[in-house]
Amino acid sequence: MAALSAEFTLPLRAFAVELALDVDRTVALVGPSGAGKTSVLRAIAGLVRPARGRIALDGEAWFDAGARLFRRPDERRVGLVFQEYALFPHMTVRQNVAYAGRERADELLERFRIAHLAEARPGELSGGERQRVALARALARDPGVLLLDEPLSALDAHTKAQVRGELQALLAELGLPTLLVTHDYEDAASLADEVGVIVEGRLRQLATPQELVARPADAFVASFTGANLLHGVATRAGEELTRVRLESGDVVYSTDEAEGAVGVVVYPWEVAVGREPTADSALNVIAGEVRSLVHVAHRVRVQVGPVIAEVTQASADKLGLAVGERAVASFKATGTRLVPYR
Amino acid sequence: MRRLALAALLSGAIAVAFAFLVLPIVAIFTHVPPGTLVHQLSDRAVRQALLVTLKTTLVAQAAILVFGTPTAWFLATRRFPGRAVLVTLVELPFVLPPAVAGIGLLVAFGRFGLLGRHFGIGDHVAFTWVAVVFALVLVASPLYVRQAVAAFEAVDQNLLAASRTLGAGPARTFFRVALPLAAGGLAAGEALCLARSIGEFGATIMFAGSFPGRTQTLSLAVYQEFEGQGNLDVTLAISALLVLVSLAILLALKLTASWQPSRPSSRSRFALSRSS
Repeated sequence: MAALSAEFTLPLRAFAVELALDVDRTVALVGPSGAGKTSVLRAIAGLVRPARGRIALDGEAWFDAGARLFRRPDERRVGLVFQEYALFPHMTVRQNVAYAGRERADELLERFRIAHLAEARPGELSGGERQRVALARALARDPGVLLLDEPLSALDAHTKAQVRGELQALLAELGLPTLLVTHDYEDAASLADEVGVIVEGRLRQLATPQELVARPADAFVASFTGANLLHGVATRAGEELTRVRLESGDVVYSTDEAEGAVGVVVYPWEVAVGREPTADSALNVIAGEVRSLVHVAHRVRVQVGPVIAEVTQASADKLGLAVGERAVASFKATGTRLVPYR
Repeated sequence: MRRLALAALLSGAIAVAFAFLVLPIVAIFTHVPPGTLVHQLSDRAVRQALLVTLKTTLVAQAAILVFGTPTAWFLATRRFPGRAVLVTLVELPFVLPPAVAGIGLLVAFGRFGLLGRHFGIGDHVAFTWVAVVFALVLVASPLYVRQAVAAFEAVDQNLLAASRTLGAGPARTFFRVALPLAAGGLAAGEALCLARSIGEFGATIMFAGSFPGRTQTLSLAVYQEFEGQGNLDVTLAISALLVLVSLAILLALKLTASWQPSRPSSRSRFALSRSS
């Protein structure tokens, strides 16, 4: 049985959110603006009441339309971190955290490295500091499930990369069932074990990030999820070049600077597929078995070893690719992005 | 030449406007020597009117805060069919001629009124200090309630939602989050409401009459001393006192306006306004 299980219908103005979701570890809902992502979190937190369905944590029902059961938000063990953090502007950092639980406030201030800001007001903090206060406050209640609304969107690009790394570490350490929503697939893939693509209130596909890119359920999922995300360990390899040893054992290069555990991001349309290695400028060459061939709107997604490439139907026909055969995927170091990964 | 003429015309208009607005105030303080003004304040009629004013204003303001604040909170946070009608009804006494409000009170709570004829309510209310309180509340409360609704509406809904998800019930959310954040707006509304109730005349004289020591407030005494007793010195003394009180309220209002804690400071400076 899942820690958090939610299955409900919530009518909104233009459409209804219809969702069935089990959350054990970290699940990300990703979708365009106005897809109903925030409404899902609000329904689980008890801020809105669905028309039908059931929401339960560890078997304890929070909402059950059949049994006419609706627990108020303060009677549900949730930690909801709002998109803009919703810190109380008239309270200090300490008062904000202690609002949800006095006993753990000092411990959480220490843990989130905000003890030195205890007497400051939210208005005086940077974006990253605000997020740490919001997380500490949400955890002060000792929640059974953590809900994060666009945890990284309120941050500028520079802060975002750092905070994403911190958030990854935190989620791993907490081990709480976590549901986060974001419009950014890269954030979702780097933070969550499972990613659900949601459009107009409905889940189009729920799978691991790798699975989503390899076998998108439809063209929307394919265009939205976009990139390959591979894991590896980076070391410096000279001027403006980083060497990454992938989990598969293959070695790839990137012009991004990084060291240690990284995520390697490559878009499928940046990857060329051939039968034999060719002598072109692409530094990264991965040979492997063709694991899958998926047709997506006049294009074909070919998985070669751990990498997914997107090629036209015509070139797939020319190569005569078939599952189980050997092939080579190649892509340029300049088209290879490195992102922090836990 | 034409520019000079225009400048002269403009300065003239500004000077006339200022003089017109300020002269009556100046005249109140200069018509008789200041010593006379201070001396007249110890007049028995003035002391009685001051006591009546203090008592009725205090009780009326307390009633407005106690009944008006929850009403404003309700109107600010709930959306339901007919809400606009309720808001209009609450605002109506504000635009009503005060004498009409007074006669309304009389036929509602007076001895032969709609409610007043039952249980002897009318005997306890009409032409007593309680009647003054009724008149003040009816005429002045819309100023507070209107402002309070706006102040509560300005509180970020996400802060109230956050409070609930952090384990606080509706009462704690109201007292710890909504009330402190709306405090500046509430104080401003209360100041306007206080000024209006100190100046109340029409509804009070219709419903409570002008009995010295019982229902005669300072504003009623200004008229009574002048028209009834022909005592200009006492009239001017009360007027000077009311000018000072009004000025104090106005200054307090300006101070609260510059102190508004309910800024959306939970928003990051680089925030993208995205929502889903």
